[in-house]
Amino acid sequence: MSILKIDGVTKRYSNHTALDNVSFEIPKGCIFGLLGPNGAGKTSLIRIITQITGADSGEVYFKGERLKPSHIKDIGYLPEERGLYKKMKVGEQLLYLAQLKGLSKDEAKTRIKEWVDRFEIREWLGKNIEDLSKGMQQKVQFIATVMHEPSLIILDEPFSGFDPINANLIKDEILRLRDRGATIIFSTHRMESVEELCDYIALINRAHKVLDGPVKEIKDAYKTDTFQIIGNGQLMITSPDFEVLEQHDTHGVFRANVKLLNETKPNDLLAYLIKRVEVHSFVELVPSINDIFIRKVTETHHA
Amino acid sequence: MHKIWLIIQREYLTRVRKKSFIIMTLLTPLLLAAFMVIPAWLVTISDSAETVMVLDQSGLFADKLEDKKDLKYLPLAGSLDQAKTVYRETDNTALLYIPKEFDINKPEGVVIYSKKNTSLQTQVRLENALEKEIENQRFVASGMDRSTLEKMKANISLTAVSISDEGEKDNNAVVTSIAGVAGAVIIYFFIFLYGVQIMRGVIEEKTNRIIEVMISSVKPFQLMMGKVVGIAAVGLTQFLLWIVLSLIVVGGVQSAFGVKPPPTPIEQMASGRDAAYGEELDAEAQAQEDNKAAKMVSEGMTAFSNLPIALILGCFLFYFLGGYLLYGSLFGAIGAAVDNETDTQQFMFPITIPLIISFIMSYTLVLKNPDGPVAFWMSIIPLTSPIVMMVRVPFGVPAWELLLSMALLVLGFIFTTWIASRIYRVGILMYGKKINYKELSKWLFYRV
Repeated sequence: MSILKIDGVTKRYSNHTALDNVSFEIPKGCIFGLLGPNGAGKTSLIRIITQITGADSGEVYFKGERLKPSHIKDIGYLPEERGLYKKMKVGEQLLYLAQLKGLSKDEAKTRIKEWVDRFEIREWLGKNIEDLSKGMQQKVQFIATVMHEPSLIILDEPFSGFDPINANLIKDEILRLRDRGATIIFSTHRMESVEELCDYIALINRAHKVLDGPVKEIKDAYKTDTFQIIGNGQLMITSPDFEVLEQHDTHGVFRANVKLLNETKPNDLLAYLIKRVEVHSFVELVPSINDIFIRKVTETHHA
Repeated sequence: MHKIWLIIQREYLTRVRKKSFIIMTLLTPLLLAAFMVIPAWLVTISDSAETVMVLDQSGLFADKLEDKKDLKYLPLAGSLDQAKTVYRETDNTALLYIPKEFDINKPEGVVIYSKKNTSLQTQVRLENALEKEIENQRFVASGMDRSTLEKMKANISLTAVSISDEGEKDNNAVVTSIAGVAGAVIIYFFIFLYGVQIMRGVIEEKTNRIIEVMISSVKPFQLMMGKVVGIAAVGLTQFLLWIVLSLIVVGGVQSAFGVKPPPTPIEQMASGRDAAYGEELDAEAQAQEDNKAAKMVSEGMTAFSNLPIALILGCFLFYFLGGYLLYGSLFGAIGAAVDNETDTQQFMFPITIPLIISFIMSYTLVLKNPDGPVAFWMSIIPLTSPIVMMVRVPFGVPAWELLLSMALLVLGFIFTTWIASRIYRVGILMYGKKINYKELSKWLFYRV
């Protein structure tokens, strides 16, 4: 079942079109990557989902209902441009933002307590935001985003500004939230950074959806049956079933990229190799989302 | 509604807890007290008994100069040089020298010697004392005495009574004007001080980039109105505290130092006469003067109590809030349209102009002619009415004018709030773009 359904959404600004008839669905309980270069229309789409702006045409359905104000408390949004009230204390700020999302004061206090213990930042509660480092502020903002336990969490460029340790901490939290049933949307132009996390993706370029679906299916669809082989010996492939795309030999060690032809299977290649050389490594070359994106975009441009 | 309430609370509490708010709130009544105490204190210092040595070689003033409690005369004898030597060895204020050839018909040649420059006040008092004595001697010479003259003096003050349908009432243009202008001034400053705070608050949210987090939780309109109302509450709190603290401080100062508050213009006029002549007048004339001063004060009081206090206070509250709401949301819209405070100038201009014009007009044309056409139109048009109408109300305004003005003000602030919220919802998400009026007018009709 999909938690969010984008149906033919179009958004125009005075001198450009931000989204042009974009449609896709986001299944419940997945990590969804909303990918595309800067200026593709990701933030415009997110602002429509978070009801900051409205679509010119098209509809967004949240849990099967047309988007309405009461959905706000069930959505958590971490904008790309992070910001908090600088002169406000961490504790007060979290309490305020949680209450604005509809939590009662007591409930908000209990949740804040849980989160500061989890992130081990209890001693920050009395500090003003402006006295915290940028990474610390981001942690506070992350808490503010997820504290009301929304079923949809939208993170715009979530890892920018985090050091690797904190980025991992946030990653773990995201996975934990997903395991508890939340759906997470990652929006980023750095596709490689979320590739491993995402179950589903949608690629957006120049206001249009380029493609969407489960990551595995997309990769399967775009894989080229190419394998990288590393081993010892003198590799000379003469079979018409295999095509050598690239080969390097150094001191008896070879490294070759081989493409399967004529419906042959990886095992056929392996069997062919084992008779001739010593195989140390046999890896399928899977295209990265980045590669797929570039291929897809150039395809559409040529078309 | 619950969310607006939360926003109001935050806007209110963060401001009220700021150090600058606390300092301003406490400091202002203290400054007021200082303004009261310091002049009074200075007066007591300079009045600490001065002694003037008098070398009267003419003999005309011997024993005629009467000691006052803060001005004593010390007669000397001998030559001028001797007197100067004696004077130099003392701490006395000055040495008054009246030459031998001094003539009451040709009073010249009197010199005052002092180590420091004599104060103007002392000089004037000495001149007055001498003049009075000379006049006395001239009266004697012409066969009159001073008390006869005082009896011949006439004093009259007009009692102004306004006739209206409800009967006759004492009125007093000064008191009425003060009541009106005071209300107008407070409204003017309130709109400016707190309007700018709204603008700063919006700019702060924009530059902090918290705005996107906020409006994914609340509607832009809620955020704007929460800010406007919250800051209004801050302003009201500050005024209330100022009034209460001022009363406490003034009361405390009065009981601790035994000083009177600075005299009102009416009292000043009365006591001004006192200072000039009062001390030197005989008892009868003194009593007459006192009567006159007392009459003026009591007339002022009656005039004040004859003002429609309840109406003025009611109007004050209405125009105070109405004017603030009218301008406050516009200030908020300016904050939303720009990226930082330096860019606000071009948009501030059209807002400040009607405020400043109505402020200046209320002092001049409106006060001169509270029922004239300028006063009428300015008190009807919502942009100027909060200030101008306040000046007019104590003078009496026909009910229909007041109701029309109030109704238009309500419509006015609904309209400006509508404009402001349109600009606001677009502006808060707009960064790095220089905005002009053409752009702003487009925002009014954007679909967001």
